[in-house]
Amino acid sequence: MAVATSELSSPTRRHWSRHLPAVVSFLVLAVLAVVVIGIPVGWTLSTALKQRHEVIAWPPVYWPPDPQWHNFAEVIERADLLRFGINSLFIAMFTILGRLLSCSIVAFSFARLRFPGRGPLFMLLLSTLMIPNQITLIPQFVLFQTLGWVGTYLPLIVPDFFGSAFFIFLMRQYVMTIPRDLDEAARIDGASTWMVFARIVMPLCIPPLTVVAVLSFLSSWNEFLSPLIYISRYDDYTVQLGLSFLRGKFNVEWNLIMAGSILGVVPCILIFFLAQKHLIGGIASVGLKG
Amino acid sequence: MSRAARREAIEGYIGISPWLIGFVLFTAGPMLASLYVSLTDWRMVEAPNWVGLRNYVKIFTDDRDFRRAIGVTFTYVLMALPLQLLLGLGLSLLLNQRVVGIRLFRTFFYIPAVLSGVSVALVWMWLLNPDFGIVNAFLGVFGIEGPGWFWDPDWALPAIVMIGLWRVGGGAIIYLAGLQNISPHLYEAAEIDGAGAFARLRHVTLPMLTPTLFFQLVMELIDAFQAFTAVYVTTGGGPVGATFFYMLYMFRTAFVDFDMAYASALAWIMGMIILGFTALVFKSSALWVFYESEGRG
Repeated sequence: MAVATSELSSPTRRHWSRHLPAVVSFLVLAVLAVVVIGIPVGWTLSTALKQRHEVIAWPPVYWPPDPQWHNFAEVIERADLLRFGINSLFIAMFTILGRLLSCSIVAFSFARLRFPGRGPLFMLLLSTLMIPNQITLIPQFVLFQTLGWVGTYLPLIVPDFFGSAFFIFLMRQYVMTIPRDLDEAARIDGASTWMVFARIVMPLCIPPLTVVAVLSFLSSWNEFLSPLIYISRYDDYTVQLGLSFLRGKFNVEWNLIMAGSILGVVPCILIFFLAQKHLIGGIASVGLKG
Repeated sequence: MSRAARREAIEGYIGISPWLIGFVLFTAGPMLASLYVSLTDWRMVEAPNWVGLRNYVKIFTDDRDFRRAIGVTFTYVLMALPLQLLLGLGLSLLLNQRVVGIRLFRTFFYIPAVLSGVSVALVWMWLLNPDFGIVNAFLGVFGIEGPGWFWDPDWALPAIVMIGLWRVGGGAIIYLAGLQNISPHLYEAAEIDGAGAFARLRHVTLPMLTPTLFFQLVMELIDAFQAFTAVYVTTGGGPVGATFFYMLYMFRTAFVDFDMAYASALAWIMGMIILGFTALVFKSSALWVFYESEGRG
């Protein structure tokens, strides 16, 4: 009661104590955003627009007086980023296609169909999330070597047509929330299981399918280790491989290295902003309760 | 089993068959194969000869690179993991406040997590450049002479930790989801009981968030032990082996020296270390993870 009286007696203080955490939070967030994100990003961009002598000027040139926008064109040309970009897109398209097809049908089956061993198999699927990639990396290489796939894109694409535990889990959680009445109504009308899958359930699964597509694009575009292992011909390089050689190629031309790094993340940022709403919600929904 | 049930079961198996086949082909099969290969002397040229535990014995008794790689990797995990969890959690608490522009802040801090590891590593190499980087320029303003970061054996590992910390927004978004699932009633009840902000954090927020923390701890543990891209791009293991990560050692053994047998043994040892720690976290979870459905703990 004492608290209540004191609050009543001084409305201004109450006002301030109520808002203090929010004000402090805002200030901390704003400072962090500027120092931790803003300055590094700004410095990267400013470097990318500098001339060579400005890059190594001391004290540093914070913003070049004469921005060299053609640095971007130069790095695209000299580091073949356009060609690598097309390669990366090609791989990403197949990865997305493979994941959408396989994960949706597997997720639907786990969520909707009853079969002996469903529970244990689903637990097995979840437990594969915890298998370190290291253990399968080498034997997978040997497998693809035996198949004659090393040096092609197949090792980067084919496994995606066999689902991905994480995305199957994500989609299955979503399908579980779709009322079964719809399935049953369709079945009474004579729809087969696969028609229910394709005509009833999937059209309602646009949100998780978007999440799968976007996250698959990001992981495929950003993947480094697999292309490093499997791709040998320069012409077949992905963007990440190309970027990883920038330093060897341009040595101390940090303006070009930064321009290349920026170009390499442009598609990720575009996709992120396009799908932002689905994405953050989708990641958040990954059944942490499951 | 009725006809309809049998039909449904068959359809179910067909439906999950892509994953099941993939599991056998790309996970279970390779795991067994690599276990076998690790017990041979296979170098991909001649047929493998069975050598029993020789590779493992050599790794544990006579392999300085292994000891170095284990040392570097454990040091990294001990530095990176607690910081990632704490900063991720702290950031998510801030991002959970109702302040002006909160959506924009959430987007802003999440962006580093969607960027490619190669680009981010290159950018940090430049930010931390000892001679012309902005971080040392900033330190210079306060009269501090910044270290050589990636070029200094004592500072290369902390620099790699920093790259990871820059992307902590990815984890923060997951904590944020956990925070937003906490029922407002719990806070109201705590407030009525006279709990201040700190007490609410300690007795409501943290206990309710432990399932999320647990999930994130397991995932980040597995990732931290397998750190590769940032190291490969920035230091390549140097200077003088200061960042000779385990994954880098394995990569070289397998794909530069093509000593598949030895690399497979290395892989299984790290796999067991990771599984061991994961199991430990799972075992410990009974002590600190609070599940609402268990009732009032």
